Amino acid sequence: MGWYIFKRLIQGIITVWFIATATFFAMHSVPGDPLLNDRAVTPAIRANLEAKYGLDQPLLTQYVIYLGNLSRGDFGISFTQENRQVNDIIREHFPVSAILGILAVLFAALGGVLWGSLTALYRNRLPDYIIMFLVILGISVPSFVVAALSQYSLVTLNNAVGQTLLPVAGWGTILHMLVPAMVLGLSTMAYLTRLMRSSMLEVINSDFVRTAKSKGLPPARIFTRHQVRNAILPVITVLGPQIAVITTGGFVVEIVFAIPGLGRFFVEAVQQLDYTVIMGTTVFYGAFLVFMVIVVDVLYGFIDPRVRLK
Amino acid sequence: MEPWVILAGYAFSLMKFQSYDSQRGQAGLGEEKMEHREQSFTSSAAKQLALYAFYTMVALAVIMYMLSIAAGRTGSTASGVAVDPDNNSITIALRQEPPQLDHVRATDSSSIIVLSHSMEGLIAYNDAGSLIPGMAERWEIREDGATFWIREEARWSDGVPVTAHDFVFSWRRAVDPATAAEYSFILYPIVNAEEINQGNLPPQTLGVRAVNDRVLEVDFNQPTPYFDKLVAFITYFPTREDFFNNTEGRYGADADMMLANGPYIVTEWTHSASMTWEKNPYYWNDEKGFLDTINVGYITEDVNAKLNLFKDGQISDTHLVAPMLGSAMEQRWQIDRSMDGTVFFLQLNFREDRITANKNFRKALQYAQDPVEFVYKALKEPSYLPAVSLFPYWIRGVDDSFRKEYPPPEHEFNVAKAREHLELARQELGIEEFPPLVILADDSPIGSISSEYYQATFTKNLGLEIRIDKQIFKQRLAKMTAGDFDIVVSGWGPDYDDALTFGDLFASWNLNNRGRYASEAMDEQIRIAQSELDPLRRMEAFAEIQRIVHEDVVMIPMYERGWSFVVDPRLKGFKRRAVGPEVDYNFAYIETGEE
Repeated sequence: MGWYIFKRLIQGIITVWFIATATFFAMHSVPGDPLLNDRAVTPAIRANLEAKYGLDQPLLTQYVIYLGNLSRGDFGISFTQENRQVNDIIREHFPVSAILGILAVLFAALGGVLWGSLTALYRNRLPDYIIMFLVILGISVPSFVVAALSQYSLVTLNNAVGQTLLPVAGWGTILHMLVPAMVLGLSTMAYLTRLMRSSMLEVINSDFVRTAKSKGLPPARIFTRHQVRNAILPVITVLGPQIAVITTGGFVVEIVFAIPGLGRFFVEAVQQLDYTVIMGTTVFYGAFLVFMVIVVDVLYGFIDPRVRLK
Repeated sequence: MEPWVILAGYAFSLMKFQSYDSQRGQAGLGEEKMEHREQSFTSSAAKQLALYAFYTMVALAVIMYMLSIAAGRTGSTASGVAVDPDNNSITIALRQEPPQLDHVRATDSSSIIVLSHSMEGLIAYNDAGSLIPGMAERWEIREDGATFWIREEARWSDGVPVTAHDFVFSWRRAVDPATAAEYSFILYPIVNAEEINQGNLPPQTLGVRAVNDRVLEVDFNQPTPYFDKLVAFITYFPTREDFFNNTEGRYGADADMMLANGPYIVTEWTHSASMTWEKNPYYWNDEKGFLDTINVGYITEDVNAKLNLFKDGQISDTHLVAPMLGSAMEQRWQIDRSMDGTVFFLQLNFREDRITANKNFRKALQYAQDPVEFVYKALKEPSYLPAVSLFPYWIRGVDDSFRKEYPPPEHEFNVAKAREHLELARQELGIEEFPPLVILADDSPIGSISSEYYQATFTKNLGLEIRIDKQIFKQRLAKMTAGDFDIVVSGWGPDYDDALTFGDLFASWNLNNRGRYASEAMDEQIRIAQSELDPLRRMEAFAEIQRIVHEDVVMIPMYERGWSFVVDPRLKGFKRRAVGPEVDYNFAYIETGEE
């Protein structure tokens, strides 16, 4: 077990190194100049800016310096937020994305399992049709539409009531988080519902469920012990990557609801060609994603005794 | 409290399904026994599921409570009210997070907004946008230099007097190449500024000195009649040396790394989330800064989100884009308009290998398009004006508006003439077919509308093949700088309140002249405009520049950008400005309705 985890961690580090290298060279080959701004600057100032960010070195030297800094956990200074360390940006803004992400994942996972089990239970009957219709909506409507619509409904609701029931945007309390988290978790919830439904249907027709029924076990016990517990495995498998998807994919929701999360930096850095922030966020998110996948693989061993970690 | 609402909702929906199921169960009495057992299985499993859901909800409520506490620790935004007469405070939204608030290095509009509230230069603007004394109580601008007498009451937000030394330190820092300030060029009228900025002289040689704590002397390279307008710009604001040195390179990075000398102090700055500006008790002018607190509650670029916040009474003002105007009028809001100051135009490439270097070809382009049609039929932004000149309409002349005193040459939209010029160009260039022309534009919605409109117009009226090259901001700049375009959709905004901020754009030495336009006549007029002391002769030079731009088709004017905006009716004195801060709360106050 310990050896397995060690092996996976080493693999993970190699993956992260690969991500860092690929991003580094891809980023530098993107056309555009991070130091250009509306107002043109003199060659002397330009040279100073290049020296400040190490852009005066050959690309390979820059890469070596970058890897050296990376191994010390130093991502450098942002190009656009000129006085801020990328490490500070990640430290200050990732918790925001993570908190929102945790809530969104909770909504998505619990909702997915619940609605998925329900649809399987009521398959081909009205509740199943209604839920599956909503699921299709949830998967196909893009999050910026859902975000804008839900914000608009919030305003309408608040205006109708005459007071602010839920804040329209902003950050700080659970009230600020509820609607954004639901919007953020919606498509994952829909996806998990479908996954849970098909997985449940597979299990319902399996031999061990029939055996359990014929042995006269109480239905509730069959349902929870033999069906849900077996059917939930695929959901857990995709949950790890989905957590990463949700925490990194909050860009739209963060913009619409004015939430100071890291997702905004992730996307805006690319638009602004902010080299250090692009590298910092990509490597950080890459490491996060790799880590989540490892965690899920290890968790698997506990949930499903058939999986032996070697 | 809210979690329970959701919980109840969940439970309710489950009960619904169960009752539905039990009806089915009853209806199925006469059916086969097996079917009935299947039904009861469903029902009891559903009950179990409901129970699980309930436990989960309780757990979820606990988790959400903990998350709420955790979220509070990451910094919360103000969930205040737009206008709060009891606390004499307002809540606003900023479009973008200021990259940093060191006034010497700041370049973007968000930073200028914040710094214009927390700091003040030697000279400031009043509510009508005219120059008034700021840190300097009086000044004298001569041919060879200027003297500023700093007022005795001028104080930093820690109570220490603002002195002439603070300006000397700040200005030296601004031209020091080590600072790499993008706006250092704005100090170039001062002796040695350019040399220092290029690394040829040490910063101490800059032509500015503190005669004593309250007298500042400046030496000019050449007469600079508009110097009073320059010192109102943020790069010319003061920096206190001891405070700056204590920040160890982090000056302007956080609220405690800044020192105010303006009406408001930035007391809190949670990056990308919120700011608090509080009234500066040491600020000298009681005609400015009437509010106790300004909360920057939200930082978002999303105009729809801002509109929703405004509707919900969370922010005091917001700007509107064309699609919102209908519903805004339905709400019976008072919609105001203002000019943003920026002029947009098609910049042409004058490098020799480009067709656009041919004057007849440029004339053809000029005659073939109509900015009036573009603004009113394609852009449809009611606050935008069709542009007719390099100089926007709000630029001042000698006594009145510059454009009233010196009307720009009339633009003529004439396809026949355009085709004549195109034919001439064809002969001059000695070619049969014109190669495809590239219009470079940014990837914003307006960039798309603009490039597509001109593509269609030039194709229809001149039969030219036009290709659109849409790029992200930095790449558009890179291509502009490299000269990789024929036509580029670009704009120019003012730095200071003088015609020269536009007038010197097409000087052969100006690095922002990215089409590399160069003409003796233009350069000569710009030199006059830069140093002529007689206002009348100076304005005549600008009129001549205006004429050359049209006659030589240096660029093709598109539009002057403006804003439609709404303000909470209780907030008075709020301004949107063309020069200086985009939004100005320095003169804003709350009308209580009791007077």
